[in-house]
Amino acid sequence: MGPQQLLEKFNARIEQDIRIEPKDWMPDDYRKTLIRQISQHAHSEIVGMLPEANWITRAPSLKRKAILLAKVQDEAGHGLYLYCAAETLNISRETMIEQLLSGQAKYSSIFNYPTISWADMGAIGWLVDGAAIMNQVPLCRASYGPYARGMVRICKEESFHQRQGYEILLTLCRGSKEQKAMAQDALNRWWWPSLMMFGPNDDQSPHTAQSMKWKIKRFSNDELRQKFVDICKQQADILGITIPDPDLKWNDERGHYDFGEINWGEFWNVVNGNGPCNKERLAAKIKAHEDGAWVREAALVFAAKQKKKNSDKEVKLETV
Amino acid sequence: MDQKKEEPLWEVFIRSRQGLEHKHAGSLHAADAQMAIENARDVYTRRMEGVSIWVVESKYIHATNPDEAESFFEPANDKIYRHPTFYDLPDELKYM
Repeated sequence: MGPQQLLEKFNARIEQDIRIEPKDWMPDDYRKTLIRQISQHAHSEIVGMLPEANWITRAPSLKRKAILLAKVQDEAGHGLYLYCAAETLNISRETMIEQLLSGQAKYSSIFNYPTISWADMGAIGWLVDGAAIMNQVPLCRASYGPYARGMVRICKEESFHQRQGYEILLTLCRGSKEQKAMAQDALNRWWWPSLMMFGPNDDQSPHTAQSMKWKIKRFSNDELRQKFVDICKQQADILGITIPDPDLKWNDERGHYDFGEINWGEFWNVVNGNGPCNKERLAAKIKAHEDGAWVREAALVFAAKQKKKNSDKEVKLETV
Repeated sequence: MDQKKEEPLWEVFIRSRQGLEHKHAGSLHAADAQMAIENARDVYTRRMEGVSIWVVESKYIHATNPDEAESFFEPANDKIYRHPTFYDLPDELKYM
């Protein structure tokens, strides 16, 4: 089949919602876009463990500690599902890790904000995981099979993350005045960065149109952000805390909430490496990678030794 | 790490319930089969998704070529008489 025919066949599949699988022919740019998006997504899961791991030893009860541990373990699992999905596109795990550690690859900017109080564990679950779910549910129908299948698994597990976060805030909001103030403070700090998680406005998002044509993305950044704002308002009301946006109000005509302008200067500043925790996060990942080097090495040596032992045994058996 | 040795890739198959078949769940890296099984438990069965795990090194899997799939599976296309609905039988006929 000639290149033109291959492209036509690929486009027809996308058109008919037939998934693309690893060994199928695909345009180079489709492959590159997927590698970028899936590896960024994997890195986000892995770096995303850090802000929460910060509170594991100081969780207020054994129950909360167990829940937080399970959640952080899930993030590790999600990172692994996604690295494996990216690897089916012919990029090695080592290359992706190198790109993360060298700062060449990006991860979600939200994880460059600090987690300074226990209420932040609630706000991350409710808002950060909530925004992630909003992004991820449509990705379960992404045109690339391994990505879509990974996302199905992730979305199933992510639901507990959001609910446990909301429950943390609910508990604080029903507690003392000081506890409720902690919840409000966390909402104040996490609200805007959460809205930024959906990425730049549609007219500033260079990849969106092509990704939607390829059915990797199903909704634009602004569509998803609007959906998120619409559902969060009521959820904040149930908690009895206030979203820190004076422009947030119901627009009857649009059937949506209007909301204030996002500080895009701050967004790009964090994306470009100057957020409050960019350096700390990367340093923690590099340290973990270096400290773990001997474990990876030992595992390989152990495996080689076992293999040799077993083959020696076989030889002996044969000669008996 | 200066050594560029990678742990091999393994495909993971999980039996979700006794009586059901093992189904492909995903893949992972591990130094050997034992570690692959232990990693598979942690990565793919955190919520009781499995009662049995198979792992096989990915390099041992042989597969059909997607470019030749059409001609490869073509022989089945024109044999509709392999399906019970191909046979036109009287309505009065019961239990068949």
